[in-house]
Amino acid sequence: MTTKTVSLKIDEHEITAQEGKSILETAIENGIDIPHLCFLAGLTKTGACRLCIVELKGQAKLFASCSTPISDGMEVITNSEKLKAYRKNTIQLLLSERTHVCSVCVANKNCELQALADKLGVEHVAFEREWTSENVDSSHPFLVIDRNRCILCTRCVRVCDEIEGVHALDLKLRGKDSQIIVDFDDSWDKAASCTSCRKCAKVCPVGAIYVEGEPLSETKDTGIADFVLSRRKK
Amino acid sequence: MKPADIIHLAETELDAQRSYKHRINVCCSSGCIPFGALKVLKAFEDAVKEFGVQKECKVARTGCIGTCSVGPAVMIEPGNYLYQSVTPEKAREIVRDHVVLGLPVKDMLYGSKAYFEKQHRLVMKNAGKIDPYRIEDYIAAGGYSALVKCLIKMSPKDVIDEVWLSGLRGRGGAGFKIGQKWTFVARAHRSPKYIVANLDEGDPGVFANRTLAEADPHAILEGMLIAAYATEANKGYIYIRAEYPLAVDTLKKAIDKAKAMNLIGQNILETSFSFDIELRLGAGAFVAGEETAILASVEGNRANPRPRPPYPAASGLWKSPTLIDNVETLANIPQIISHGGLWFSKIGSPTCSGTKCFSLTGKVNNPGLIEVPMGITLKEVIYDIGGGVPDNKKFKAVLVGGPSGGCLPDTMLDLPIDYESLTKAGAIMGSGGIVVIDEDSCMVDTAKFFIDFCVEESCGKCTPCRVGLHKIQETYARIIGGVGKPEDIQFLRSSCGYIQEASLCGLGQTAPNPVLTTMRYFGNEYNEHILQKKCAAGKCSFKHNVKEAEI
Repeated sequence: MTTKTVSLKIDEHEITAQEGKSILETAIENGIDIPHLCFLAGLTKTGACRLCIVELKGQAKLFASCSTPISDGMEVITNSEKLKAYRKNTIQLLLSERTHVCSVCVANKNCELQALADKLGVEHVAFEREWTSENVDSSHPFLVIDRNRCILCTRCVRVCDEIEGVHALDLKLRGKDSQIIVDFDDSWDKAASCTSCRKCAKVCPVGAIYVEGEPLSETKDTGIADFVLSRRKK
Repeated sequence: MKPADIIHLAETELDAQRSYKHRINVCCSSGCIPFGALKVLKAFEDAVKEFGVQKECKVARTGCIGTCSVGPAVMIEPGNYLYQSVTPEKAREIVRDHVVLGLPVKDMLYGSKAYFEKQHRLVMKNAGKIDPYRIEDYIAAGGYSALVKCLIKMSPKDVIDEVWLSGLRGRGGAGFKIGQKWTFVARAHRSPKYIVANLDEGDPGVFANRTLAEADPHAILEGMLIAAYATEANKGYIYIRAEYPLAVDTLKKAIDKAKAMNLIGQNILETSFSFDIELRLGAGAFVAGEETAILASVEGNRANPRPRPPYPAASGLWKSPTLIDNVETLANIPQIISHGGLWFSKIGSPTCSGTKCFSLTGKVNNPGLIEVPMGITLKEVIYDIGGGVPDNKKFKAVLVGGPSGGCLPDTMLDLPIDYESLTKAGAIMGSGGIVVIDEDSCMVDTAKFFIDFCVEESCGKCTPCRVGLHKIQETYARIIGGVGKPEDIQFLRSSCGYIQEASLCGLGQTAPNPVLTTMRYFGNEYNEHILQKKCAAGKCSFKHNVKEAEI
């Protein structure tokens, strides 16, 4: 495959990059920070969290930078006042959706949601918070899923399907009722397809899936998908 | 079968039809069957035998005639005598008086002439006239001649040029130029290529696509075949919701018949053109009608939308180039090819050619399935065709475009129905639902109804739609519960803007429309609810003791 290079502008940076990459990937490579959450290098881009939305000059709509490929002459605006406000709104919505209490969370200080909230200046949640009582499954010998902390980014679902290749995790129901399930909504110890590879825990941006008794700083490895994938290609 | 055989078959069938003096069309669509249409059909058949007029009177099972509220509807040709609310007993009477004695039963005839006068039946031209289960009926009405024309006389490019010329725009809601869409897919030089016909009509109170499939399934198939010929596609899927059993059955049988006659499959009509069509049943999620969610569902996955780009024309079903069109769009195609794009472009309004099917429901005298030329005003639809609001009630609003449409007040009734005008007014064309609302309804409550619907139907993938809409829903619950706060208005407005812009797919992007339009046109009702804790329509009962709740 011949690779073409394209020239584009991200904010004030003039960039030349390989065609086929997304805006977010190009930005990361060039040290430009676009907040993102559901995106993880090596996994399918779902454009779900809507944090990485950017403006494109000449286009009325907003685009998820993780999934939008770069093109020649593109002018990307990553940090307008509107985008900043929308991102703050998204973070607050995520924090209000289920039970997020940093001080008692296993992911405290190892949490991408917390870090983003901090970075984007979210000091309080303007919405009424839901205190959920979703199912917590600790039946597995060492993996635990606490659905009250889940933000439905589906990184775990994707890593399980695309990298580990077993698709033990998926979603049930829809809308705000969506839940991550193991196999056919079994308890985790009964899930025949799970290989206990821990990749779900490694990529979970929050503390929804973790390894019991292990500090999250040890478990987390957000480069795992990209690493496995890069070896696979060779 | 060869192209000439189609023409021959049409002539034979027409001869057979001409041998009948009368034709009794009994509407057996989903609207009329619950009223007992199948019994009425049987009664007509029995009565025709009883009076010994089988040879001169044909009884046909047809699709929707259009007057869904007064079913079962029966049309007798010649003369287009439309009988309403026919019962098996009355069927015998009609055969005796009308067919045998030649005296139409006047007191049973459908009263509102205006209902049909302002309509322009193009897509639905065969509806209620042909038997959807007989491919011969469709062929006799000129069906499949457009396909023959394409295969014999036109190159794929000619077909696309004709569609460009017609100015046809997507009937699924967004109004994208079909000529352009087809060009994108035709230009994608990768195979296989797919076509998906969208029949996932999920809006409450909308039944136009269902009716079309029940009444004239072959028009959809022919449209797909022509689209496949133009874009050089290999395989087509009709995505239909499983809650439409009659439409599924009709389409299934139509596909089987067309396959048996070599109109679908390998080397169609002994040419080099091959195309296969398969039905895919959806489990009934509203979001599955969204362009990319439908792809996921056809692939067998959860019907979640995915971000665009890449657009389906470049990377659709199984990452192959895919054309997705609404079935109503496709049903327009055979006529564009038969009569030419120029002919089509002169129907309707200049920016918006052709017609549009609407499910006219709510507080109108003549609800039903209507087809009107683009550019007709809302007033004409509601008052001339719909016959106005019943029981001398006052008209309050009209919701155009389904659950993500907009509620427009009486001052907007002169608005012409076309994509641009509707969008400007805050509504959308959507899948073609028009719901008339009278003074008995509360607009705050109405908006809440549609927000509830969208919260229920949100797939849950993106944050703004999943959580944002839920926050709006909570705010409505407060306002209607009598504990709304003045700042709720500002909250609704800013949240709606955020959800519209930040959401991933069309569901989230349009879901705030009912909220925004009701606030724009009926802001006083919000103020009443919030400040005076009063609902003028008497719909919302403020159950809570307001004072206590506030404390």
